[in-house]
Amino acid sequence: MNPEQEVSNSVIVRRLTKEYGSVKAIDNVSFRIGKGEIVGFLGPNGAGKSTTMKIISGLMPATSGNVEIWGINVATNPDKAKLHIGFMPENNPLPEDLRVDEYLKFRAQIKGIPRKEVANAVEEVMEICQLNRKAYRKIIGNLSKGFRQRVGIADAILAHPDVIIMDEPTIGLDPHQILAIRDLINSLRGKMSVIISSHILPEIELVCDRVIIINQGAIVASGTPDSLRKEFISNDRYVVSLRMDGQEFTKQLKCIYSEGVVEKTKDVGNGFFEHTIVAPVNSNLGALLISEFSKDSSNVLREVSYKKPTLEEIFISATRRSWEQVLQVQQKAEK
Amino acid sequence: MAISSSTYFAAFLFLCFMAVVFLFSIRDVSITMGKQSPVEYFLSLFWIPVLFMVPLLTMRSLADELRRGTLGSLMTTAVSAWQIVLSKFMASYIFYCLLWVLTLGFVAITCWYIPHASGKDLFEVSQLITGYGFVFLTGAMYVAVGIFASSLTRTTLVAGMLSFGMLFFLITGAQIAENLPMSDSTISYVVSRLSECLHTFRQLEDFNNSLIDSRSLFFYISTTIALLAFTSLITESKNR
Repeated sequence: MNPEQEVSNSVIVRRLTKEYGSVKAIDNVSFRIGKGEIVGFLGPNGAGKSTTMKIISGLMPATSGNVEIWGINVATNPDKAKLHIGFMPENNPLPEDLRVDEYLKFRAQIKGIPRKEVANAVEEVMEICQLNRKAYRKIIGNLSKGFRQRVGIADAILAHPDVIIMDEPTIGLDPHQILAIRDLINSLRGKMSVIISSHILPEIELVCDRVIIINQGAIVASGTPDSLRKEFISNDRYVVSLRMDGQEFTKQLKCIYSEGVVEKTKDVGNGFFEHTIVAPVNSNLGALLISEFSKDSSNVLREVSYKKPTLEEIFISATRRSWEQVLQVQQKAEK
Repeated sequence: MAISSSTYFAAFLFLCFMAVVFLFSIRDVSITMGKQSPVEYFLSLFWIPVLFMVPLLTMRSLADELRRGTLGSLMTTAVSAWQIVLSKFMASYIFYCLLWVLTLGFVAITCWYIPHASGKDLFEVSQLITGYGFVFLTGAMYVAVGIFASSLTRTTLVAGMLSFGMLFFLITGAQIAENLPMSDSTISYVVSRLSECLHTFRQLEDFNNSLIDSRSLFFYISTTIALLAFTSLITESKNR
């Protein structure tokens, strides 16, 4: 890695390992996050997401490996590194008795913002997080979940950190609140590097530039959602909606395209059925399906659509692959 | 702590209790014709409010932060566990001292109503200084005990009970040990020497007589620092 590339990364994680006795919570984890990039951190429960995030934010020491935030080693210089980090922990713990503005002013002071600039800094983040209208003088304990999350995000971005780490920022929110938080995170794109851990996978896909999937303490996939689709999804799926039952449809599909398999058929009423076809990747069946099934007008073809693999499918595929690899290693060891 | 209504309620109860104690001390002086000074009588009961006030003031300090997880968010900033513990200690200690300073108001009121009360007969300035000095000195250790107890658990009630138990043992332990029947003369000698050093009420008596023992000073200051150091180590380890 040349020096120019090093500078373009705001977070560099190298061979990070954390052991609890004989158990490895994370094992040899390495990745980089570019300036202004929004990265989703995915993994099943107990995969090592929170441990990795805690080590990155300097809350926990690693057994081996190192983390650099803007070129500052977190292990050897935690106080300096923490000045570049805004961390919103899981469940977003906040003091219930304080008012929003009091809490943010206190946080601004301990984050090293000069006393004269505290009021302006707090005002600015409250405006960004839309706390300035309704919530700024409210007691935190009386706030709704959505507003509490906003307070957490406001705190994370308060001192203009270069890296923001958010552990499950949209958990427990209603769709309106999720949309607002998503817009908020989107507005940070290009200004700050953001690492988000979430279980809501469509959310991650909508917000993040890149996704890192971790399982059993090791990174099993990393890249943009599209590149991961190519890597982990071996089939294309199409949905065909028409007036034809499953048996007849399977028979006709065999004649049109022998490699296609009907995965499921759903009766949608009024004599219409919705068939899901699984076909090899890049089979480009769309045009063929339309032309063949629209020949007979009695089929009343209503819809032919390509079903884009969701991040959920990628996630399941990537974590399953890592499990299989682990099982293989275990079987070899037993032999 | 400063924004919690329970703190002010506890402070109100403390002042009410101390006012009653002060009233009794004045009455006692008038009955016994000044055998014991009112300040001596008043401060001899200092341990009763300590047993209740210190746990009330300190039990939430770290236990509540640990339970809510806010300690973790504090540690994400460039603030060390030692700084957090020290600031918690200072907040509680300053409040504790402030409450005792407010009890000087009783002396002021007495002097105002009974002009000769400020004379040597009723209140001696040196006794006031050394007596209250003792309360402030021991208070540092008692508050440190409360903060330490609060760092051991996530439940405020358990922290309060732990603090109460530790304080009770610290204040009365030496007196209890002194009265224990012991057959072994070596153990008996060690216990008597130890209880001599740790006997709170004897130290209070010395301070009331304007006698300041450097051993007591060393004991209270060093124990306070050691307790705070342990607390910061515990706080740091609990966040890992």
